[in-house]
Amino acid sequence: MCLAVPGQILSVEGGDPLFRSGRVSFGGIVKAVNLACVPEAGPGDYVLVHAGMALGVVDEDEAAKVLGLLSELGLSRGGVVGGETQEMPSDEAR
Amino acid sequence: MRHVDEYRDAAAVRRLAEAIARCATRPWTIMEICGGQTHSIVRFGLDELLPRTIALVHGPGCPVCVTPVALIDAAVALAQRPEVILCSFGDMLRVPGTGDDLLTAKARGGDVRTVYSPLDAVALAGRTPGREVVFFAVGFETTAPVNALAVLQSRQLGLRNFSLLVSHVLVPPALEAILSAPDNRVQGLLAAGHVCTVMGTAEYGPLSGRHRVPMVVTGFEPVDILQGVLRCVELLETGRAEVANAYGRAVRAEGNLRAQETVRAVFEETDREWRGLGPIPRSGYALRPELRAYDAAAKFGLEPAGGREPTECIAGSILRGNRKPHECPAFGTRCTPEHPLGAPMVSGEGACAAYHRYRTREP
Repeated sequence: MCLAVPGQILSVEGGDPLFRSGRVSFGGIVKAVNLACVPEAGPGDYVLVHAGMALGVVDEDEAAKVLGLLSELGLSRGGVVGGETQEMPSDEAR
Repeated sequence: MRHVDEYRDAAAVRRLAEAIARCATRPWTIMEICGGQTHSIVRFGLDELLPRTIALVHGPGCPVCVTPVALIDAAVALAQRPEVILCSFGDMLRVPGTGDDLLTAKARGGDVRTVYSPLDAVALAGRTPGREVVFFAVGFETTAPVNALAVLQSRQLGLRNFSLLVSHVLVPPALEAILSAPDNRVQGLLAAGHVCTVMGTAEYGPLSGRHRVPMVVTGFEPVDILQGVLRCVELLETGRAEVANAYGRAVRAEGNLRAQETVRAVFEETDREWRGLGPIPRSGYALRPELRAYDAAAKFGLEPAGGREPTECIAGSILRGNRKPHECPAFGTRCTPEHPLGAPMVSGEGACAAYHRYRTREP
């Protein structure tokens, strides 16, 4: 139920703050997402989306830091666990 | 998909498992709280990559699993009213009530609809002014902002035909109940990442200190989970009961303040009954008194109470991390995803459903 999927904001529609929304791409699949709780987010940002609403903006610096740490440990890409990721999990709302 | 694929890197997973094995000198029992994490662990077999001394036990973080039978019964009763359109996330539909589930109510002619978001239910209420749209608002802190927003949108639109059947629960009071139980065996915790995206980490410091249990905010992909386990083992081995964040890209210490404000504008804390765990004080949300017009229970005169559990189901022990699904005599025989006896077999995030789907043999 608490799954949130990262997607990239393509465009934002303004208007009433409660209804502020954007077109968000999840690996190419585009959905309308409510952006009321991430007023700082704009096109290009990645947001974590849960049940049609963005819960937060992905912190790119923190993501880069972790990936940097992993590569320092001598980790390199060696294939993806469990095969390819699903483009858009069907239970995305959970 | 960016911010997902990087965290499914097989080499990274292997090296992290090796790092955990090097770090662990003693046996430890670590609970992951969130059903989404349980699902990832079982799906990717992450527990099988760990040394045998590290036991991962599965926590109560599946809202579908902990919604009391009485509320399922209330939803089924609502679905049978001709004026009502009952909207719900998909995996509530098969959860057994005392008698029927929502899918049976639908088969008997009830207007039960699966929606992706409560905001879709608000839009539906706008399009169908002659009907009463009720959203079955189940969830943890992660789902509270969007359910709160649905109420605020509905009020702003002047809709009088939208309401919530609220069954909202909170993580910290459940952890308090689990950690203070006399038979508790959990020594370290992986805190639920997206709950903390909303709420931040402040609530966990006192819990961690009081129970001497380290808590590591953890994400959902294989690399995220093993990073969480590694950090937790490091804290356990060095005797530090602290809160650490292994999901920095999604969680800030203060959480999402705007989302918290949205939740506070609509909900207040209340005592809640948890299926499998029993009543826990101040462990959930109810609509604020001034928003009673959006409370389906008040609107339709429902007083959810009672409800009967199937006697054979051991969901309570499973949700407290005391037993594993395959230790249940009904697992996979009298209880399957097609004919579930208890909620953990229903939800995709329930521990029993995850074991049934991904684990054909005993670990």
